[in-house]
Parts: sequence; structure tokens; C-alpha cells
Amino acid sequence: MTELAKSAKGPDAATATTAAAANNTAEPAPARITQWGEIRHRFMANKLAVVGLVLVTLLFIVAAAAPLIATHDPYAQNLANTLQEPSGDHWFGTDALGRDQFSRIIYGSRIAVIVGLASIFLACVIGCILGALSGYFGKAVDSVIMRIADIFFAFPLLIGAIVIILVMGRGVLPVIVSLAVFSWATVARLLRSSILSVREMDYVTAAKALGASTTRIITRHIMPNSIAAVMSYVSFSVGTAVVAEASLSFLGIGVSPEVPEWGNMISAGKDSLGVSDFLWVYPSSAIVLTVLGFVFVGDGLRDALDPKLR
Amino acid sequence: MADMTKQAGKAGAAGQREPILQVRNLVKHFPLTQGLILKKQVGAVKAVDGISFDLYQGETLGIVGESGCGKSTVAKLLMTLETATSGEVFYKGQDITKLSGRALKAVRRNIQMVFQDPYTSLNPRMTVGDIIGEPFEIHPEVAPKGDRRKRVQELLDVVGLNPEYVNRYPHQFSGGQRQRIGIARGLALNPEIIICDEPVSALDVSVQAQVINLMERLQDEFNLSYVFIAHDLSIVRHISDRVGVMYLGKMAEIGTDAQIYEHPTHPYTQALLSAVPVPDPEAREGRERIILTGDVPSPANPPSGCRFRTRCWKAEDKCAEEVPLLAVPKVFEGKDTPAAHESACHFAEVKQVVGAA
Repeated sequence: MTELAKSAKGPDAATATTAAAANNTAEPAPARITQWGEIRHRFMANKLAVVGLVLVTLLFIVAAAAPLIATHDPYAQNLANTLQEPSGDHWFGTDALGRDQFSRIIYGSRIAVIVGLASIFLACVIGCILGALSGYFGKAVDSVIMRIADIFFAFPLLIGAIVIILVMGRGVLPVIVSLAVFSWATVARLLRSSILSVREMDYVTAAKALGASTTRIITRHIMPNSIAAVMSYVSFSVGTAVVAEASLSFLGIGVSPEVPEWGNMISAGKDSLGVSDFLWVYPSSAIVLTVLGFVFVGDGLRDALDPKLR
Repeated sequence: MADMTKQAGKAGAAGQREPILQVRNLVKHFPLTQGLILKKQVGAVKAVDGISFDLYQGETLGIVGESGCGKSTVAKLLMTLETATSGEVFYKGQDITKLSGRALKAVRRNIQMVFQDPYTSLNPRMTVGDIIGEPFEIHPEVAPKGDRRKRVQELLDVVGLNPEYVNRYPHQFSGGQRQRIGIARGLALNPEIIICDEPVSALDVSVQAQVINLMERLQDEFNLSYVFIAHDLSIVRHISDRVGVMYLGKMAEIGTDAQIYEHPTHPYTQALLSAVPVPDPEAREGRERIILTGDVPSPANPPSGCRFRTRCWKAEDKCAEEVPLLAVPKVFEGKDTPAAHESACHFAEVKQVVGAA
């Protein structure tokens, strides 16, 4: 009997409402403003963020088109032409082995981009998976994952990286791995705490009350609302990874010294401090501009992704 | 089973209809644990401790009580968002506390919820159209894919919002409008029961009336049954057919709104009603205000016997020893007075509380 009442109610309700809705639904709804469109708009309204975006884009272009931009072979030594001041031929001068500084800085951006992006991508994959598991399931899973994260969090990055590089040998890959291993814990923590606060929201309860599956709750409700914190952190930490990678090379445990890389160049330049300052000023500026670019983008992303700041 | 039919018979005053929802001895204890690794249970917060009531088709059952008395836990238990420690909730004779998976999902179509805070109950990263349309994605059998957008716009129209707003985000709306969106989402699946957990207490007073009136209109239009949880006695009286008063996880008194508001027999109800503001200054002078002393005891360690005895001016030794049952008090049994409704007090008596609006 109740079933009957229910089925009778359905169409009844529909007709009652269609009549009222008809005059309103006649005109089409205005174009859909997508979430991304709105985020882009807010990002572009932020001047610093745009400056950051320009710097970062420039870095990517330089890294991709390095052979076209470089004026010389970055490896070519010319012992008759060492420690030259910047000139028309060598824009940023030459180093102690007569290599063209400008070309080496241009090629150096490749290492910065590869190491920065790859290490943080890796850290994000590990951190997001573990952080999401920890935040969503809580209890024992949470305790175990967070204690492991604490260990990596507490370990000094440079010392940890030295250990990994000693085991794996020098090169780009060990640098990427060691930076990722000591960065994922922050991503995991950020995502976890964000999920912990989001999953208590009433809209998650509402989805559960509707009978939504766990997958749906995670992908439609929890993730879109907790990932913002991670996304802006990612941009910051690419900058940090570039610095960390340069530090490793500066200390002589990063990529091999003959490779054009900013840390290597600063390291070489420190020997002629006060004499040939152009040797370290240019690569340092490259690092500073890169880091600033990523920090500005991170700042802009954080503000643009926060729906409360609209 | 025999007990159930007796209960239903007793509630004859609410009509000869069959109850759509029957709650029997519902209990929810949240364990209190100690220790980091080896979790040892050291006690339990008795949020809901044996509650029974019926809900009939098309009626509104108000549940009132102070903060922390277990009202919202009752709502979550009815929605099976929390697992009951014991007790049953029968929806059309089926105990939904034991259901899971597909059967539970099917029941959820018929029992929906409206939340208290319109600011946290809508996903800020979804458009209004997606929020109201989500029920159809979870229960695709309710509306065919091509029909959904139209259904969403109809729902917006039903709750008094412009159907063109489908592409807007929640932050572009006011609190009252957001609550309408929440109501539209609750209505999407054509449910029979809507659990309203303080649906207007986060809204401005001027907007409260609009939302309450909307809910009453929807009730008539769709023959909905409401469980209306609130702490505002005037609003509960306005919307409810029957009212239950909760104190510390137990039902103190339950009856029709006239029985509760004009002839309360439980001292707690009387104290609550005496605190309702009275707009008429002359009526206000003549009334007696019952001012309770002390705080609500901890639900982790509730008083023995009657839960209210620690703050009750009538309390005697019997109150500490014997738990008063929720039943029509002996003194009123068989009498045809409005005071003859269920009240969990050993010394139930009518006390005129003036001017409870």
C-alpha cells in the first residue's frame, strides 16, 4: 500500500512543479563558469602571481630551447680564454677553464627544472597516497604512517641526501630520489590535516546520507577541498628543491662538476670571490629568480584556490 | 512485536494511521578509551540512552532539549550515519539499523536530512546544479540522465530559488538561500521522511520564518514526515504536530503540541517552557519563572534513577532509586484530560506555565 502511495506521489510532485518551472526554464541558463575559469581569473588578478608565472614560464622555455639560446658549447674549454670579463662574445664572461658562462647558465636551467619537478612530483605521489590513506582511514593506519613521516621529517635533508648519494653514486637520479625521500612527509602531513578537517564537514555527511560510495566521497568531496593546500605547497617546494639541488652540487655531492649546473658554477666562482665576482653573481641570480618565480606562483595559487577569499 | 502493537495503539490520538518510523529503545554509547596503543575502554558517553517514539505519515515530530542532550545523535542514528549501540529503528516494519550495502542505500532514498549549518553543508567547489543533482547520480534510477538538469531546475523553483542559478557556487548565496539549496537536495529523491537537525538555528530570525513556511508548504505538497530537531521552543510549537522533550539522552515527555505546551507534566518541560520569552508585558508579570540550578550532568556519568533529579525541585529518594518510565502517569491514567500523555516522572502533575507562546 505504501509502495502505491509512493509511486503515485512521484509524477504528482513532478506535475505540480513543472507548471511553476515552465515559465522560468524557457530561457537558457547563463554559461557555466567553471571552477578553473574562476581560479584562473583570480590568479591573473594577482600581479605578483603573474610575475611569478612569467619567471617560471621563462625558465621552462629556456630549459626546453637551451641549444637554440646558448651561444657556445657549455662544455667547450678554451684555456687561452679563461676568466674573461663579460663581453660581446661572452655575455656573462668565461670561467677558469674558459667555458662560456652564459651558455652554462642556460644549460643549467635544464638540471634545475628536471630535478625540481621530478623530485617534487615523486614526493607528491608518495605524500598524497600516504597522506590520503592516513587522513581518510585514521586510527592505526594513521598512527603508523604519521610516525614514519615524523622520522623523515625530523631527518636533516642534506645529511640524509649525502647518505643516499653515497649509496647510489653521484648523478641526477640520486639527487631527485634523495630530495623526494625527504619532501614527501610534508605533503603527507598537509594533505592529512586538510582531509581531517574536510571529512568532518556537513557536505561529506550529506553525501554519506545520500548513499554515496567511498570513492565518490573521496573524489568529489574530500579531495577537491583538501588538495588546495598541497597545490600551493608544491609550487613553493619546487623552488626549495632547486635550492637544495644547487646546495648539494655546491658541496660537491650533486651532479659531476663538469656538468653545467648552477650550484657547480657558484662553487667554482667562490675561489675567485672579490676578483671575478661575475662568476657567482650570474648563477646565483638565476637561482634567486627561479625560486622567486615558484614562490610567487605558490602564493598566487594559495589565494586563488581558497573559495573563502572570493 | 506485541509490545510494538501496544505502543502503536497507545498513540491512537495521533490518528489511526500506521507509523512510518518506529524507534524502539535506541541507545548510542560513545566509548571513552585510554592508552595509546592498547586501547582500554574506561567508560562511555551515553549520548542516547533508550529512546522510543513513533513518526506517522505526514506529521511533524518536534524534538527539543538543551545542547548536548543527544538530539543530534538521534538524527544521525535515524540516518544510520552512526551505528546504534542497541535498539531498533523500523522504517515500514524493517529494522534499518541492521541494514548495509544495497538495502541501506535503498532506504536512504526515503529518509533524507536537512543540516543545521548552511555554510558547511554545501560543497564550496560544486555548483548548485551539481549539489542538487548529486542525489540523481548516486541513485540513477530516480531520474534518467537527460532529465536531470530539468529536475534540478524544478527543485530550485520548488524551494523558491531562481532556476537560472544552477551554475552558481554556494558562496554566491545568502544563508537563507543556502538552506533552501540544502532543502532542495534533501527533496531530490522524493523522500518520505526528512530529518531536520536544527535547520533554522543558524539563520537570521527574519529568514527563519521564510524557511519554516517553505518547509510547511513542502510538507503539504509532498506529504512529507518531519523529525524536527531544535532548541527554539516557539519554532517547534509552530511546526510540530507532536513534541518530544529530551534530557540527557532520554525522552522526558512526549505528546501533541497542545499537551506539551499547555499541560506539561514533567518538571523539566515546565522549566523549559517557563524560560520562553513572552512578548506581552502584562502576561509576563504574572508568570512564574522556574530557574534551574546547576549544570547538566555529564552524559558519561549520568545520575542514577531519574536523570533530572539533580536539578529538580520535586526530587525525593524514589527518584534516585527508580528510573521513571516514559508512560502516561498513573494519576492521569484513563482520564480524558490533555495531561494524560507520556511523561517520565514519578511525580507528574500539571503546572500552568503562563504564556508559553
